Amino acid sequence: MAARAMWKGDLKLGSTKVPVKLYSAVSDQTVRFHILDVKSKHRVKQHMVDADSGKEVPNEEIQKGFEVEPGTFVVLDENELASLEPEASREIKVEQFVPPKEIPPEYYDRPYYLGPDGDSGAYFALAEALKSREKEAVVRWVMRKQPYVGAIRADDDYLVLYTLRNREEVLSAKDLPRPAGRAPDKKELSMAKQLVELLKGEFDPKDYKDEYRARVMEFVEKKAKGHKPKLHLVKTKRKTTSLNSVLSKSIAALKKQKKAA
Amino acid sequence: MARKKATRRRTSSDDDGNARAPRPFWSGTLTFGLVSVPVDLYPGTRTNRAPLRMLGPKGEPLSRRYFSQKTNEDLEDDEMIRGYEIEKDKYVPVTDEELERLAPESSRDIDLRRFVDLQSIPPLYFDRSYFLAPSEGSEKAYKLLAGTMETEDLAGIATFVMRGKEYLVAIFPENGILRAETMRFPDQIRSPKQVDLPEKKKVSAAAVKKFEKIISQHSDKHLSLKELKDERTEQLMKLVAKKRKQHKDIVEVEEPERDEGKVVDLMEVLKKSLAGKRKAA
Repeated sequence: MAARAMWKGDLKLGSTKVPVKLYSAVSDQTVRFHILDVKSKHRVKQHMVDADSGKEVPNEEIQKGFEVEPGTFVVLDENELASLEPEASREIKVEQFVPPKEIPPEYYDRPYYLGPDGDSGAYFALAEALKSREKEAVVRWVMRKQPYVGAIRADDDYLVLYTLRNREEVLSAKDLPRPAGRAPDKKELSMAKQLVELLKGEFDPKDYKDEYRARVMEFVEKKAKGHKPKLHLVKTKRKTTSLNSVLSKSIAALKKQKKAA
Repeated sequence: MARKKATRRRTSSDDDGNARAPRPFWSGTLTFGLVSVPVDLYPGTRTNRAPLRMLGPKGEPLSRRYFSQKTNEDLEDDEMIRGYEIEKDKYVPVTDEELERLAPESSRDIDLRRFVDLQSIPPLYFDRSYFLAPSEGSEKAYKLLAGTMETEDLAGIATFVMRGKEYLVAIFPENGILRAETMRFPDQIRSPKQVDLPEKKKVSAAAVKKFEKIISQHSDKHLSLKELKDERTEQLMKLVAKKRKQHKDIVEVEEPERDEGKVVDLMEVLKKSLAGKRKAA
């Protein structure tokens, strides 16, 4: 099934323009639940109420405000909010090129495929150049009245555009203290290293499947037919043993496994 | 307190890592080999995009509430249930408990069964970021795992079920702290073929060269973090500051005991947790 482009624009590099179409690279597979009123089993609705009295406030009376200090709001009207909207544009502007490892995983938000719009020569040439130079483009663009920061990478022959989170949205571990507690000793470290080495491998996405999703769907279908599948109680076990003995047991078990394989 | 519970329900279904919950998002066990490390999971990102609050005509803060379409009454947390729409307007109710029990025992721990090079994971998979903090005296095992991964420069991969959903996750250390990056499963990612992108054509070497030149001219060794700043929020803040100075459109309300909308500093919660003082939070 051919996907429909959700947006069209021009990727601008210096004085060169590459016309592109944008497609979502994600297909949502989540089991979608609705929220029901437990008594009537009807879907619920949402409304805005006065936080204190619980009285409903109709949509046309709602204003937006920014809390400058507890209990003090600066109210912003429609026109003022509209004035903050970025100017509409079809241009994806490249700000800089950086090595891919410069952008930490936590910044990546949603991926989109870029496809050529019209002539594909420039598109595939750019993908090849990004690959050969091992670079990622940091870009800005405006889509549906929202300003975005993003990254463009070459994935095989194609260009993938990622929206990136803003700096303020990502908590940095560098601003946090290292965890408290006693440091592990040399012997523990060397055993842990051995253990991790035994578990080292390649990342192969094919090895991972959402099995729980299928279980939930199966359960829902059985329930819909009037069956009430039996479910077991969740037990939580937690045992504490010495780190040393657990490490050596783990290593022994893994070595045995490897030998058997 | 009941009101607060009602709010939590709303955020649990869409797992938006927002900064309100001072409690861990999830508590569980991280395992490698037979070593288990009890951990608390906290959001590693926060929503910063729309710090605006909905107000009534007199400036009174508003809350979002669920209400029954049948009785028009507002509903508390325990008056609502999840339902799957099996056919139009017909729902199969599913309780939190059922969802929890559906998870196989083995899926309740984050079992790091493989360690890989973090750089080898295509960013197509990365979804959302969390922090794992040690809990219940697990500091030593936690530090052992984080330290080992740091020196070996590896990320641990696992799948686990958390709050009614299965996650694929990459866990890697940063400044001695474990970050858990949830990832999309392969069937959640479309292939270029599924999107119907055209087959690659032979490209002219001159065109590639031209782009390589542009890339070289605009390349930097490091990402400039100013590229990642939120310009829109910055403009909003400027406008707010200007109006405040002019004493324009300012409303003051008596500060009631509010649970909702109260922003808890996530960094403070994390700092306490890492220092082993979570109970104080």
